[in-house]
Amino acid sequence: MSAQSASRNPLSILKSHLHAACAATALLLGAGSAAEAADLNALIWCDHADPALLQPFEEANGVKVNVKEFEGTGAGLAIVEQSQPGDWDVMVIDSIDVPRGVEKGLFEPLPEDKLPLADLFPQVKMDGSTVIGGKRYGITEKFGYNTIGYNKTKVDPADMQSMAALTGDKYKGKVAIYDYYLPVIGMAALAIGKKTADLTEADLPALKDELLKMKANAKLVGEVTASQTALATGEVDILVGGGEWVTAGLAKENPALDFSIPKEGAVLWSQSLAMFKDSKNKDMALKFIQYIMSPEGQARLATSSCYWGMPANTKAALTDDQKKVLRFDEQPGFLARAQAYPAPNADLDKKMQDMWTEMLQAK
Amino acid sequence: MSPSGNTPLPRAGRALPRAGSALPWALVTPALGWTLLFFVLPFIAMGFSSLTAHEGGGFTASNYSQFFTNPSYWQAMVNSLQVTAIVTVISVLLAYPFAWILAEQVPERWQRLALMLAVLPFWTSYVVRSYSWLLVLAQNGVINRALTGSGLFAEPVQLANTRFATVTGFVHFFVMLLTLTIFANLKQLSPSYRKAAADLGAGPVRTFLHVVLPLTLPGIMVGAFLTFVLCIGDYITPQILGGNNELLMPQLVMMQIGRRGDFPLASALSIILMAVVTIAYLACARWLKIERA
Repeated sequence: MSAQSASRNPLSILKSHLHAACAATALLLGAGSAAEAADLNALIWCDHADPALLQPFEEANGVKVNVKEFEGTGAGLAIVEQSQPGDWDVMVIDSIDVPRGVEKGLFEPLPEDKLPLADLFPQVKMDGSTVIGGKRYGITEKFGYNTIGYNKTKVDPADMQSMAALTGDKYKGKVAIYDYYLPVIGMAALAIGKKTADLTEADLPALKDELLKMKANAKLVGEVTASQTALATGEVDILVGGGEWVTAGLAKENPALDFSIPKEGAVLWSQSLAMFKDSKNKDMALKFIQYIMSPEGQARLATSSCYWGMPANTKAALTDDQKKVLRFDEQPGFLARAQAYPAPNADLDKKMQDMWTEMLQAK
Repeated sequence: MSPSGNTPLPRAGRALPRAGSALPWALVTPALGWTLLFFVLPFIAMGFSSLTAHEGGGFTASNYSQFFTNPSYWQAMVNSLQVTAIVTVISVLLAYPFAWILAEQVPERWQRLALMLAVLPFWTSYVVRSYSWLLVLAQNGVINRALTGSGLFAEPVQLANTRFATVTGFVHFFVMLLTLTIFANLKQLSPSYRKAAADLGAGPVRTFLHVVLPLTLPGIMVGAFLTFVLCIGDYITPQILGGNNELLMPQLVMMQIGRRGDFPLASALSIILMAVVTIAYLACARWLKIERA
């Protein structure tokens, strides 16, 4: 750390101090995060903010879980950068991005013998990302697919078995695109026959063409709430990048919503839990991770009010109805055809984002 | 005649503190401190950040050059200026007659109630209001049902998730704001100006064009400037109602933060946006003076 500081230029040091001052101010102003050492401070996605998930843990352990929601690994890591060491105890992160946190020296190895790893779907353990240097830094807690979500009363389900339907004329103006560049670029890659893990800068022109074709058919490009609303209200009939995370939570109100894994495949999203190296409450942080990974915690997380998703633990205490909505029994087949999120390096990531911006601006 | 009409001016040396007294500084210090803490320091931090490379740190101007070399970024500014100009013009055109009716046609005793009703939409959450518009403009929304039900259109028209929807959401908000500023200006206008114009033979239209309108121009410009500033920096409305079918500058800024945690680029884009607002201020400055002739 000291060697790092010594090699940094004055501008970086000033920036770092300014960030620290801003973070301290934000914390003082009562975001409620990092409130007390006895509390558990969690950087989370919205599904972890559900009281139905947190309250049982808080009551059982006599602890308050302070949560701070974020979207996207970049934003999460930026929050950490602007915080003081020890401000945060646990973090939810895309499984493929666990190495980014490890590279920055943020995470603590997890004790594998105290976690139910043997109960996880083998395909979602993602050891290639979550185990680094022989040590486990993340554990997959929930997963699902960015694929084709649709209203089966409005479109022909047979058409949804091919991504060609997304760029053809038949459903022009009936399509929404989920506004997250990585999974949708992953879907574009599958549509043109590329593997998501093998994408390079040379693939960008072909990916851009595919994205522009999708955009030409789209009525909107929306984040989670907007795309869910569009599909639920009938504004659109197809959601590119949709999946069980959109349709399952709405199944009771709108049983016509469904998703397919087309013949080209689907993009597997997977979120992990990690513990911070500088956590001041590591015992409680581990208890929290153990709770989330327990059959009860997994069922609550899978059916969180923000969005549903498949629990990573095969022993999740889901009801039969919940399993049916999540298509629990079909998972082995789905997983066999799914590919992970693209994991670009910083340079390619920037280029992909610029390509995404260009797609958004296209008329 | 004193500038304050019949009110006697306070006597120097009693009501006002003596020159050189510490009292004025003591009074102004909280405001200065607030501005320093919450505007000057963050602005300096943003300036430094905008000149820092996202990866690896170090001084760079590339965050600014990206704006001028990337057509998508440049297009976001063009979109923002277009939307803001449309919103400002439509809001003024709608607010002026509304304020006029409130000030001139509604009896004095009902004006307070009418004003309260006019600002009623301010009481609801901005986000909720935007989502409400989304439902109104949706394919199955009230407007499309009326259009298709009446036989005017065979198919629903795409209203939601368009620039039209963004402009509608903005106009709904800013008409109220402009109505308040123009109403206040109209109420300050002495009736004797119109009487004098009539005595000199001017008809109602001529009186309006040559007397009332020029005298209410400061109110219009203050409201228009506020509309411009608030509209060009707003993220919520275009994000909810525009359907991301085009990006405005605030969305582009948020994208840099939310996706990559790229605060340097977001800072540079924000400073460029602030420069545009400053130019707008300078263009309107002659009407934005506190003192009036």
